[in-house]
Amino acid sequence: MGRTVAEVIRETTREHLRSRRGLFFAQCVTAVGWIGGTVPEMSEADGIVELSLADVTNAGVVVGAALVGRRPIYTVRYQGFMWYNAAPIINYAAKSKDVWGVPCPLFLRAIAMEGNGIGPVASASQHGLIMRMPGMPICAPMSPNEWTEAWNWFMRHDDPLYVSEHRRSFAIDYEFENSLEKKADITLFPISAARLNAIEAAKTLRQEGITCNIVHLVWLKPFTVTDDMVDSLSRTQLGLVIDSDFEVGGPSRSIAYDLMHHTGAPVFALGLEDRTAGVAASLDNPTPTPETIVRVVRERVRAASRSRACAKI
Amino acid sequence: MNVELAHGRLERTSTFGQIPGLAGTFPARQTLEIFTQTCFNRHFEFESKKVHDRGLMKLPIYLSVGQEHIPAAIASVFPDCLIFAQHRAHSVYLSFGGDPVQLIDELLHRPTGCAGGMGGSASIHSPQIGMFGHSGLMGDAAAEEDYIYGALGFAITKKLPVLFVCEDNDLSILTRTAVRRSWTLCGLAQGLGLPAVDITDDPWLIAHHVRTLAAQLPALINIRTCRGLWHAGTGCDGPPEWDRFALIKETLSELGLGTEAAAIESESERTVQNLWAEQLRKL
Repeated sequence: MGRTVAEVIRETTREHLRSRRGLFFAQCVTAVGWIGGTVPEMSEADGIVELSLADVTNAGVVVGAALVGRRPIYTVRYQGFMWYNAAPIINYAAKSKDVWGVPCPLFLRAIAMEGNGIGPVASASQHGLIMRMPGMPICAPMSPNEWTEAWNWFMRHDDPLYVSEHRRSFAIDYEFENSLEKKADITLFPISAARLNAIEAAKTLRQEGITCNIVHLVWLKPFTVTDDMVDSLSRTQLGLVIDSDFEVGGPSRSIAYDLMHHTGAPVFALGLEDRTAGVAASLDNPTPTPETIVRVVRERVRAASRSRACAKI
Repeated sequence: MNVELAHGRLERTSTFGQIPGLAGTFPARQTLEIFTQTCFNRHFEFESKKVHDRGLMKLPIYLSVGQEHIPAAIASVFPDCLIFAQHRAHSVYLSFGGDPVQLIDELLHRPTGCAGGMGGSASIHSPQIGMFGHSGLMGDAAAEEDYIYGALGFAITKKLPVLFVCEDNDLSILTRTAVRRSWTLCGLAQGLGLPAVDITDDPWLIAHHVRTLAAQLPALINIRTCRGLWHAGTGCDGPPEWDRFALIKETLSELGLGTEAAAIESESERTVQNLWAEQLRKL
């Protein structure tokens, strides 16, 4: 059995602090569980910096550390808090190189979580918030190798990198393969925790006679339309991008747009509903569940079949 | 400067700022009203804990055990206000007249809850009592949020009638204040020109200062207190630095109110248990 995502993050962080004078910044690091077991149990002298609760200021402090070359890892424990933390990141770190030619390389781990009454502020993935502004690449790794790829990219470049993590990834110790069949009915492009739900949904749909190709999306920005995506969409002539962020004005629609214009095939989007999550389970607004994905795919595939039948007539 | 003083450690005692004989200057009726509300809040939290531990609440819960007397004392002298409370606010809601049944329903995820099930334990909201969800009365960690400086500065500039209250339990989850900052909230407020006091969580002392500061708003009161249970959840990391509830009962005995206090505590416990039992029957 391989290492989990949490173990990879922890050991990479340890090495960064120990060997490269790197810094790690977060709030309440040592409080409970060392942020899901992703932080090495090291001290401030080793480079673990406990931040105060000043969300906006904290991000500015990390930007400063990046400007002086400490390549900080900045962990935002609840990705919903990016609505507070984003100002110095978007307005300084992401623009510094373009405006002044001064790179500001920081590795921003923004951790999404959902369920268990996490509520309206802390929850969900929010990579769309950063995605619409220039200057900061975005990835959403879910496996050990994907996270390592993100880290290696960061260390090879001098840009800030937004890493949209999800708590559900921390225990994952395996890799994801795209699922591509020649006679599939639809191509799914899931992001973040939606990847786990899409895999579940595809199993159910297969039992109904609907075959789904799955192309896992890790790098959201810049977004590259790959040969696998083009090949699959040219065959299925139907796609669905599924995300753990909001759908309206969000990454799923943006990526669907890119794919559609690149291939000519209709590509739809499915993300969080356009409403505030409540604490009660019945009011939550989670990543599209396997059941929701099954329902939407079923509807889309049937509608596409009807359209094709009508076109023949 | 002494490092402990700079980090506020010397102020963390059960007697910090205390005025000798102050409790005896309060009318017995007012003292017993504060104690009645304190007991109600406390037993509400104990019942919440029991129900949570039975797995009937699927949400993070923020219990105010150990801090339940603070809003009881404030509400006794500062009742007519709009309330912007932080996440540990069950006792705030109850002290300012919130319907306990609606709070129970909120904690049980029901649409009949005070925030319709949207807020849960952390974001209690009640237009009926002028309470707005999350946040205003703050903790020592929220005091570090960027908005606090701006809010204090705006309040003093515009001479707004706002009382800022910090329930300072010295903990952000488990991270102590000294790890996070070297300054005090009281010093910050005073630097901006707000009247501010930094005191221990004796309810008579709180009521005394709130009454005084109410005539000088905007103002700030930092109250050193002890969180009895976990930040979120019902666990306990051991005895608090001081047990204010026990100290309150000691004072009541010294005031000759021990018998009345014992009766109030029993009655509060029974009332709260009945309220919870009634709502749980609807499950």
